[in-house]
Amino acid sequence: MTAEQATALIAERFAGAQVTAGIPLVVMVPPDQWGAFAQFAKETLGCQFFSFSSAVDWKADGLEVIARVENLDAGFAVMMKTRLGPGVSTCASMVPVYRGANWMERECWDMFGIRFEGHPDLRRILLEDSWVGHPLLKSYAVDTPYPPYR
Amino acid sequence: MTLTMLIAPFVVLNVVIGMVTYVTLLERKFAARMQSRIGPYRVGPHGLLQPIADALKLMMKEDIVPTAADRSIYNLAPIVFLLPCMLIFATIPFAPGLGVADLNIGILFFLAVSAMEIVGLFMAGWGSNNKYALLSAMRAVNQIISYDLPFIFSALVPVLLAGSLRLSDIAAAQGGGYWFIFYPVIGQLAFLFFIISTLAAENRVPFDILEAESELVAGFRVEYSGMKFALIQLGEYAHVIGSSYLGALLFLGAWGGPGPEWLGPIWFTLKAVVLFLLVTWVRWSFVRIRVDQILALSWKVLMPATLLLLVATGMVVVWRIAP
Amino acid sequence: MSGNIPIADREGPRRIEQELTEADRSRRKIEFDYSGGERLSMNMGPQHPSAHGVFRAILELEGEEVVGVDAVIGYLHRCHEKLAETLTYAQYPSIASKTDYVAAMTSEFAYVMAAEQIGKIEVPKRAQYLRVICAELQRIASHLLWLGTWCMDMGGALGGGATIFLYTIRERETILDLFEELVGARLLYGFFQVGGVRYDAPANWIEHCRTTLDAIDGRVVEYEQMLEGNPFFLARAKGVGFISRELAEDVGIAGPLLRGSGVNFDIRKAAPYSSYEDFQFTIPVETVGDCFARYRVRMAEFRQASSIARQALDKLPEGPISSMPGLKSVAQVRIPKGEAYTRVEGPRGEVGCYLIADGTAKPYRMKWRGASFSNLAVLPYIVPGVKVADVPAIMGSVDPVFGEVDR
Repeated sequence: MTAEQATALIAERFAGAQVTAGIPLVVMVPPDQWGAFAQFAKETLGCQFFSFSSAVDWKADGLEVIARVENLDAGFAVMMKTRLGPGVSTCASMVPVYRGANWMERECWDMFGIRFEGHPDLRRILLEDSWVGHPLLKSYAVDTPYPPYR
Repeated sequence: MTLTMLIAPFVVLNVVIGMVTYVTLLERKFAARMQSRIGPYRVGPHGLLQPIADALKLMMKEDIVPTAADRSIYNLAPIVFLLPCMLIFATIPFAPGLGVADLNIGILFFLAVSAMEIVGLFMAGWGSNNKYALLSAMRAVNQIISYDLPFIFSALVPVLLAGSLRLSDIAAAQGGGYWFIFYPVIGQLAFLFFIISTLAAENRVPFDILEAESELVAGFRVEYSGMKFALIQLGEYAHVIGSSYLGALLFLGAWGGPGPEWLGPIWFTLKAVVLFLLVTWVRWSFVRIRVDQILALSWKVLMPATLLLLVATGMVVVWRIAP
Repeated sequence: MSGNIPIADREGPRRIEQELTEADRSRRKIEFDYSGGERLSMNMGPQHPSAHGVFRAILELEGEEVVGVDAVIGYLHRCHEKLAETLTYAQYPSIASKTDYVAAMTSEFAYVMAAEQIGKIEVPKRAQYLRVICAELQRIASHLLWLGTWCMDMGGALGGGATIFLYTIRERETILDLFEELVGARLLYGFFQVGGVRYDAPANWIEHCRTTLDAIDGRVVEYEQMLEGNPFFLARAKGVGFISRELAEDVGIAGPLLRGSGVNFDIRKAAPYSSYEDFQFTIPVETVGDCFARYRVRMAEFRQASSIARQALDKLPEGPISSMPGLKSVAQVRIPKGEAYTRVEGPRGEVGCYLIADGTAKPYRMKWRGASFSNLAVLPYIVPGVKVADVPAIMGSVDPVFGEVDR
């Protein structure tokens, strides 16, 4: 499978997805198709390798969840993105598809407060359990006094 | 009770303790050389006063008893551990007639007493009330039970060859340079098995699963500090030295060597130190093996092999006498 | 004072706790088929001789066997991603080296590459070659430390492991000496900057590199002889900590671990960066997937790295070392709007930097894909079922650096 075939397959299967060709293929998926697209990427596109997943806080535009998966044999990668929309902080979990998403999504929860539906063990991972707030949100400014550094 | 009966143990004990402290320095220097380091160098010329500094430091350290420990067992364990390690020197004759007690069952006494250290080990592991220590104590019991049999079987080979359990008789049987290690095939095999099972019985690398600092931190002595730690350390090294003396006596002709007769104890000690360095050499070049591999090695390889060797030795001895 | 935290966030963790069902909670610990007896839960870390830093593994033991593990990380979290948003493109590279402090060159490399890719900044050929030399020397240095600590995990600080450790540290020092000559620092360098490198090779440095590499090549043969001729080492390393190819890709482990599991993937070949296409080298691959396979891959990488570094030293072109010479103000590097994900093949695998620039002097968002973080995530899948003594051995073969795990 090549990147072009993959683009065609995505367009065929996910009409709502916008594909930007390049290295990697950037695919903007609607949030409700997130889990289905992960399944599709793994099984149909052959992207077995889970590189990372994370999130970006676009302030007023809401949170964006990203994940990068890769087909090591064919040598192309898919950067999946989804905009959760303003005020929304829940997203489907990728753990049922990629086990590597486990810790990555825990980190996302820790840093951005995104609830991943279907995650088996959503706890804070880097910060302690009693931490208040989610530091990588843009609203969590570094110079404002937050506990425990009040 | 004569005065000599009191003086002899006193002298032996003090010589042993002095030897143990300096043997640690020897090991540290030897290991340092192996690892392209210098080793202790600051205290005294070439670090010669280092063991004394270490002992002083350990004596001055605070003695910490964990709150949750079983106090009486915890406090008693180092002594129970040290005692058999010191007692094994009782039967070793350092020269003809020079020893504390030359028992007619000398070697049996040695083996029985040296196996008793397990009681102290287990007490230390249990009394500390620490998971690492407990796991280590369990491993200790496993290992020492498994390795005592091959240890005894390989030590019995020279007994059969000499025809006596008395240690001075075994030494005398090797007079004139006819050491048991030179006995064709049987001698070398027995020596090899003896060294392997000594390593295990002394809990030295690669069989130091009860210390195992990469998983159990320090094993059964993880909670000990100060003088109690020093006692355990002392016992361990005394055991190693004792076993080295036994090995030198059983296989290397004890006090036999060139020169006048008064050089005998010095030859004996030199041979024991060579054995000790052999053990140290193994220690600093191998990695530790796993508990299941250790047990498999003992029960599947060493046990049958030493048993067969013992039977073979018996047949050789009978055949040698019969015609 | 903490007025602007949303209420929902303030109660975040507790809320999650309540909403977890009983089934979710029981799934936290990996359960094995087990009946009767008692279990012991034992802490390995955060303060532990084999913790490689600060890592806490809560082991569920059944006798000597591990039946479940819960990994606790985050003790070394230093807010690198938040910090990157507050520092300019010229400031951050020297901080980036603090993520993976054992191989400081690689994370700097990934960061400056991301900035260069967004800003379409050319890097002079000499700078590219110098980067390659440093990255490969760093790989050797990092693998040397790995070999020593891994053997120490198996053999212990009071045994044969410590002997190898001291040998490898002796060799690692010689590489750190090279870095000191080049940069002036021994652990954290700040050698890379957007547009090139900060320092040119001093006089005789290239000769020193060659002699050092010659010496290390000889030593690596000695290590192999010492280890592979040692039945106890083989007994500990072979058949322990299997990672299947499927698990490896699924969890996203990278580098020597991935190649030890039979995946022929190396970013230096698959997506060459910084002129790696100029050099001849092969990718060592082992198919077994146990600790010994990972060991073999890394031992082969010693030779590959040294060969690449030698080729780069031979071909090192003349010319400028930076396309942005005389960088004085920290705000001087301006990167247009855009985003990029760049990755380099670090000693531990894919070190990736996902950078979003918004046109100002500072990035809008920066995400580290730490190789150790992804590699360590495989532990809960491979540790259950092994003996306690194998846990440090497996951990050591994964080679985590906790600066990179916790970032």
